Amino acid sequence: MRESIEKLGAVTLFFGRVLAALPQAALSRPGLVVAQIYNAGTVSLILIMICGFFVGMVLGLQGYDSLSRFSAEDSLGTLSALSLFKELGPVVTALLFAGRAGTSMTSEIGLMRATDQLSAMEMMAVDPIKRVVLPRFLGGVIAMPLLVAIFNAIGITGTYAIGVSVMGVDSGVFWSQLLSTVDLSDVAEGIFKSVVFGIAASLLAVFEGYTCTPTAEGVGAATTRTVVETAVSILVLDYLITAALI
Amino acid sequence: MDPAADSLPDASTDMIVEVDRLGFSRGNRPILDDLSIGIRRGEVTAIMGPSGTGKTTLLRLITGQLEPERGDIRVDGRHVNRLSRRELYELRQDIGMLFQQGALLTDYDVFENVAFPLREHTNLPERLIRQVVLTKLHAVGLRGAARMMPSELSGGMARRVALARAIVMDPKLLIYDEPFAGLDPISLGVVLRLIRNMNDALNITSIVVSHDVLQTAAVADRSFILADGKVVASGSPEQLRTHDSGFVQQFMHGLADGPVPFHYPAPDYAEHLLSRRES
Repeated sequence: MRESIEKLGAVTLFFGRVLAALPQAALSRPGLVVAQIYNAGTVSLILIMICGFFVGMVLGLQGYDSLSRFSAEDSLGTLSALSLFKELGPVVTALLFAGRAGTSMTSEIGLMRATDQLSAMEMMAVDPIKRVVLPRFLGGVIAMPLLVAIFNAIGITGTYAIGVSVMGVDSGVFWSQLLSTVDLSDVAEGIFKSVVFGIAASLLAVFEGYTCTPTAEGVGAATTRTVVETAVSILVLDYLITAALI
Repeated sequence: MDPAADSLPDASTDMIVEVDRLGFSRGNRPILDDLSIGIRRGEVTAIMGPSGTGKTTLLRLITGQLEPERGDIRVDGRHVNRLSRRELYELRQDIGMLFQQGALLTDYDVFENVAFPLREHTNLPERLIRQVVLTKLHAVGLRGAARMMPSELSGGMARRVALARAIVMDPKLLIYDEPFAGLDPISLGVVLRLIRNMNDALNITSIVVSHDVLQTAAVADRSFILADGKVVASGSPEQLRTHDSGFVQQFMHGLADGPVPFHYPAPDYAEHLLSRRES
């Protein structure tokens, strides 16, 4: 328990350092941030697309099965969209992001620590927080909502493929139900969650890399911690946000 | 010879680094204890000692990467442990440091590694950066390797690139942390020559931390030997070779047994073999 509180304190202080460096570093070196958006986004993109499509197809099958029990199959589009926009999109994307881009960030920064590259930067009077940590953090925070949007779009396509093409739900009804029932607040909730999850996942990834024990074993352990801590944090945050918004 | 006489900072000499009664521990284990050293401008100074005596820790304290528990460190007249982060970074622009394994940025090629400090701290036009970088790479004999990646370099080449990067901002003080570790004889000779030549040609001060007695003595004007967190001897390599301390003799001549025993403290051999349990 005490360790957890200490860790939370250390992460908070680290977040403060990152935020303090944010205006100067982000404005003076936008190219570094853009490169990291590209890195964080592209490494996760294929994974997000594949998983999004399968999650959408499963939603199509389960949704159709459940809704057909009370003759509400026409609401499949609505069910799929609400599930994806409000919950599955942000949560699953964040978990996949942690497993792919998050571990990549942790191991990259951790290896830089283990091979003295961060110390060398310090000795060259270059702040590693501004040069290494902040661009990766911002890249992750900006990439997450974009990945969630892609996940949602492909998820709905998956549901459509199963619901309309296989189960026989009418295409026009599928889309009209979806458009008439889902409103902006549902989409906004998902966007808000994706930004919060992006901050949590990216912060934990860069924190674990930056503070890892500078050995091969230390980098491995930090990478594992990134996945575990991010998964737990995302689910706890998801509950808290949902409880606050409902 | 009294080690303190040479190690204590003397206000009348021109010292670039003055370490005064420095204390530092890791947990309960003291690493440096009441250590005082003065590094003269323009010289190559060696800091030697067996592994684990705090040589690298001392370097990290001098460069402000660690904070001392006691004592004072002045570099070029500035109290390192009282500087703000911004002031410390300003000071570090006057210091070049060569890490044990080079610590090259693995995402960048040789040229970009050497150009890195220039790009971070100056607004020089690309043409001028190219000229400066090629000049520094030429000085270490690696102009032809400018587009190689760090993973393609041998250990000696990586250290020469790191040296080019360390001097690219024309520092006043150049610090080498174990520059000879793991080098083949040819690379070792090259690095030795570069340390001496850079110091004399650029009119800078060099600190070489190493436990490699022969190589370090060959290049240093003055040496300090550390043991148990203190300076136990200092002087020119010749003075150290004829030093009357048993420990210094053992260290300088690489003797297996002496004040530092061959055997780590253990129970009596016969009793230990006959005992039933590992104590």
